[in-house]
Amino acid sequence: MTTTAVETVTLTIDGKTIQSPKGTLLIEAARKAGIEIPAFCYYEGYSLQAACRMCLVEVEKAPKLQVGCTLPVAEGMIVHTDSPQVQKARKGTLEFLLTNHPLDCPVCDKGGECELQDMVFRYGAGESRFTEMKLHIDEQQWSPVVFYDAPRCILCYRCIRVCDEGMGVGALGLGNRGASAVILPNKVTGDNQHYLSCDECGACIDICPVGALTSGIYRYQTRPWEMNHVGTICTHCSNGCKTTLGVRNGRIIRGNNRDHSGINGEFLCIKGRYAFDFVEHPERLQSPLKRVGDRFEEIPWSEAIETVAARFSEVKAAGGKFGVIGSNRTTNEENYYLQKFARQGLGTSNIDHQRTGDLTTLLDALQGRGGALATVADVYHAKAVLIVGSDLSQQHPLLAFQARAGVRHHDTRVYTVTPGPVREDKYSARGVIAQPGGEIAALEGLREDLAKEPELVILFGDAIRGDAVRALVRFADSLSIPVKYVCLLDYANSRGAVDMGLTPDLGPGYHPVDRPGLTLDQMLKASDLDVLWIVGANPLRNRALAGENTFVVVQDLFLTETARRADIVLPAASAYEKNGTLTNVCGEVQRVTQAAKVMGTKPDLEIFGLIAREMKINVGIWQWQKMFEEIRKTVRGYNVPLPVVATGGAAQTNPVNGRVPSLIRPEEIRSAGDTLFTSGTTGRYSNVLNAVLESPGRLYSGK
Amino acid sequence: MLYNEPSPLEVRVLTRRFGLPDSASLDTYLAHEGYQAFQKAVKMTPEAIIEEVKASALRGRGGAGFPTGMKWSFVPRNSPKPRVLVVNADESEPGTCKDRLLMEYDPHQLIEGMMIGGLAVDAHRGYVYIRGEYRYLIDHMDRAIEEAYRKGWLGKNIQGTGFDFDVYTHSGAGAYECGEETALLDSIEGKRGIPRMKPPFPAVAGAWGLPTLLNNVETFCAVPAIIRDGGAAFAALGTPKNGGTRLLCISGHVNKPGVYEIPLGFPMMKAINELAGGIPGGRKLKAVIPGGSSCPVLRAEECDIPMDYDTLMKAGSMLGSGGMVVMDETTCMVRAALRIMKFYAHESCGWCIPCREGTTWLRKILERIVEGRGQKSDLPLLGDLAKNMLGRTFCALGDAAAMPTISIVEKFPEEFEAYFSGKAVESAARHEPAFVTA
Ligand SMILES: Cc1cc2nc3c(=O)[nH]c(=O)nc-3n(C[C@H](O)[C@H](O)[C@H](O)COP(=O)(O)O)c2cc1C
Ligand code: SF4
Ligand code: SF4
Ligand code: SF4
Repeated sequence: MTTTAVETVTLTIDGKTIQSPKGTLLIEAARKAGIEIPAFCYYEGYSLQAACRMCLVEVEKAPKLQVGCTLPVAEGMIVHTDSPQVQKARKGTLEFLLTNHPLDCPVCDKGGECELQDMVFRYGAGESRFTEMKLHIDEQQWSPVVFYDAPRCILCYRCIRVCDEGMGVGALGLGNRGASAVILPNKVTGDNQHYLSCDECGACIDICPVGALTSGIYRYQTRPWEMNHVGTICTHCSNGCKTTLGVRNGRIIRGNNRDHSGINGEFLCIKGRYAFDFVEHPERLQSPLKRVGDRFEEIPWSEAIETVAARFSEVKAAGGKFGVIGSNRTTNEENYYLQKFARQGLGTSNIDHQRTGDLTTLLDALQGRGGALATVADVYHAKAVLIVGSDLSQQHPLLAFQARAGVRHHDTRVYTVTPGPVREDKYSARGVIAQPGGEIAALEGLREDLAKEPELVILFGDAIRGDAVRALVRFADSLSIPVKYVCLLDYANSRGAVDMGLTPDLGPGYHPVDRPGLTLDQMLKASDLDVLWIVGANPLRNRALAGENTFVVVQDLFLTETARRADIVLPAASAYEKNGTLTNVCGEVQRVTQAAKVMGTKPDLEIFGLIAREMKINVGIWQWQKMFEEIRKTVRGYNVPLPVVATGGAAQTNPVNGRVPSLIRPEEIRSAGDTLFTSGTTGRYSNVLNAVLESPGRLYSGK
Repeated sequence: MLYNEPSPLEVRVLTRRFGLPDSASLDTYLAHEGYQAFQKAVKMTPEAIIEEVKASALRGRGGAGFPTGMKWSFVPRNSPKPRVLVVNADESEPGTCKDRLLMEYDPHQLIEGMMIGGLAVDAHRGYVYIRGEYRYLIDHMDRAIEEAYRKGWLGKNIQGTGFDFDVYTHSGAGAYECGEETALLDSIEGKRGIPRMKPPFPAVAGAWGLPTLLNNVETFCAVPAIIRDGGAAFAALGTPKNGGTRLLCISGHVNKPGVYEIPLGFPMMKAINELAGGIPGGRKLKAVIPGGSSCPVLRAEECDIPMDYDTLMKAGSMLGSGGMVVMDETTCMVRAALRIMKFYAHESCGWCIPCREGTTWLRKILERIVEGRGQKSDLPLLGDLAKNMLGRTFCALGDAAAMPTISIVEKFPEEFEAYFSGKAVESAARHEPAFVTA
């Protein structure tokens, strides 16, 4: 990589002499020097508007006030950001802004977190000279998620830009003119009712500095200062967005990445921002259930644990056959504990989970090559990104967002190989259409372009598995450029499930086991299983269990198709209700923190521990910190720095060194094909996801 | 029929063919020196053409009065991107109605001016952006363009000169703001007409990001005469740095309102009293808006000046787009201010806060005053609010709204006082100035 030396200029802002790279926008140069130049429309990372005029500053020798958000710094510039002239201009602009603003702060969702309030507090006049009638337009509901209150809108155009430039959707625009100007959604029905057809991600609501855009989920629920804020990780897809849950009286009422920290910055998709509502779905299991004939009966936890432990001990003593199916959503500590329980406690290797991508073959093909696995940040920084066999914007919203941001900020070239049109087509350098199975052959069509790239990040979906993964790596190797990979997996801890050894052939850290056990499909097909223990998974959704006499124990949030087949159902806590760590699709370990508590449920780790204690076997202390310590010490690649994780950062695990002799059966690898608006079982119980009008993306769904 | 009787005091350069039978036809044009300038220009170097325009001291007739030759020299002729030419025929400034006559009576003069512009910046494509309300003119221009194509004055290899040039008309949709050059460019591109950030200026990155030569209709119309008779001859008609003639649109309280072609430097009082036949009923002059509603108002005693860009600037106003509005002693300046502000509040595009909110607020205050609900503090408030807009908006529309307001408030405080004390409200004789708008 060549670094071009950037010329530095020296300028003076408010008497402070500062140095700044030539071309830096004055507003940024000032910010770095600790001087705030206020602005509404300026938003780092999005296009410049110069519309709000709040950032006007005095630049000596300029005939009039200059626009701080568009003015590049120049040598010798002398700037005053707080002169009487500047102060008067800000006061004047805020006074103008408030003329048609309803000032209904007492009932506004944004009150207390509103940039307009803050701005008026800091820079505004003590009184208003406006005594005329204000303009009024009634509030509009654009979708189950988005409400627009035009009078509160200060027309900063952030929403338009975040939707267009950030999300690649472009569902918002500007209508009318003058004081009647309003933001408009992209659809209007016959009777002139507006509705919004978009990702429903709420990015516009989040970025709105005032209460003009509010969410159907959060509006009128609380005053912001009445919430506790819990920083955790989204429990839906594998991308692992950081989110801050606003909690009041034990209820989660808001999700946003409040401090814009972590791997996702300001990004969240609809699932991360709103689909926490499954937590309090009325069908949530809140008591253990016991099968009595063809009915379920509620039983106390003590009885449930005793029954399970007794049966497990009995089968173990008799040398019976166990099957254990783990989850894509439970924590690393839980997954680690479960496999240990199975292998050491029950003495079985029959443990698996629904695999959603062929990570093991990738690791084997890479053979421990250093730095070959990309982080989420790598996807953003990469000079070129290749997406193979995935509708990235639908299935991996954050990764798609990062690629888009790369295109916008530093001209990342995006290439796609997909079976149909995808959103990336709008900004990709080249895309080729290839039917499933034909991806690798189709790559040849991109060879010439890709070989010219200085580096590449390849993201591939479940269509690329087994030999196709090896062929992909061979293809990439033949380009002779540095390449990093992301093997796309489905859910919040799909990666952690593989890493922790929820597989019949590989233990934690990909250590081959002596005698591999049954795979998930094999367990379902085995008629002689004595016990099948299913944790946070719904394999029986569209398949049957062969074992008619198998004693089935299910831990889940809801009475899923699988739970209906159980003999004992144990109501589990969701990832929003527990502590621990998750590993995202890029192998980055992050901390989940309990935000809510649902009566009657228990975290899976506690359930495991209670069963173990009842069975009088020692699997370890069922405390997440203790387990995480054990994982850091024993699982290859997981000796991540504690402070990073403890402070809410993402620590990438080290790649596995050497070969991974996996016995993987490619045909068992299958993504659920979730889209922006689905998320497996939890998605089915999210009212928000069920309420939005958009049909899920079709490209990879419905498999 | 002509819009108004010509006056012998006029110096008719751009309007010389007005009044000829069938003046809009190609034949009439050709019979009266038409396309001679093009034939001459096609043999000149682009540099020489631009030098000639510079020598003419022609300044933009769209409002800002920027030296045209200089603007032409900013267009990067050797840019790898093709260059385009845009004619601003949005003519929406209240008081201004000259571009329509130029297009109606002599459309080929505009086409020839564009072709010479094309030669000067090596552009082969031109757009005439015509305000939507001029529907009939769009058809009219289209017919002239079609005739030019048919007879080989547009298209490929024009008259065997090897020069290719295409002209298209493009309709506005009723927004004053789309006359602002960069909003116009967005509009041409099919977007909402919002002004763009400058730099880059249109000369460098204009329509579709291409280097764009953009001028007012009248500016382009002056070019054939400049090339034909020489820049120096054109310049000599006016005053130093204010070359040539321009079309003055006189409206309001005059006996003979109309469009008159005057050499720059023509005395303002002479324009009112002789060109336009004086004020009806022998009434006294009260105020003049010299160049369209965006210009600060001059009191009668300030009007004894020659009309050129620099003198008007010195007098604290502007020559603008040549839309001169004459107001006699019966005019209510408060209502004049309201009429002006109604226009700007209606036309503000809404992009930036001070203009969007300021124009509407000012309109509301003025309405309230006129309805008799004003108070003493409104006078300084009006001035202060207008000053809070001035120089702080995204484009010049905000300034255009602020400047006349500030001037009326400062120059006619007693008229506001009359409303505050209740005297003016009862007076029935007051009326708004009659702006001539199309
Ligand atoms: C709000 C606003 C409206 C304008 N409307 C017009 C117009 O209708 N016609 C015009 O020629 N110029 C108009 N202008 C001026 C143009 O921006 C531009 O300066 C002019 O077209 C350049 O041509 P010229 O150099 O030949 O004058 C307007 C400017 C502003 C700020
Ligand atoms: S809705 Fe909010 S973000 Fe959008 S323009 Fe209005 S104030 Fe800005
Ligand atoms: S992209 Fe994935 S992790 Fe991020 S908010 Fe959406 S569902 Fe959650
Ligand atoms: S000053 Fe601002 S609101 Fe007014 S027309 Fe220009 S950009 Fe639009």
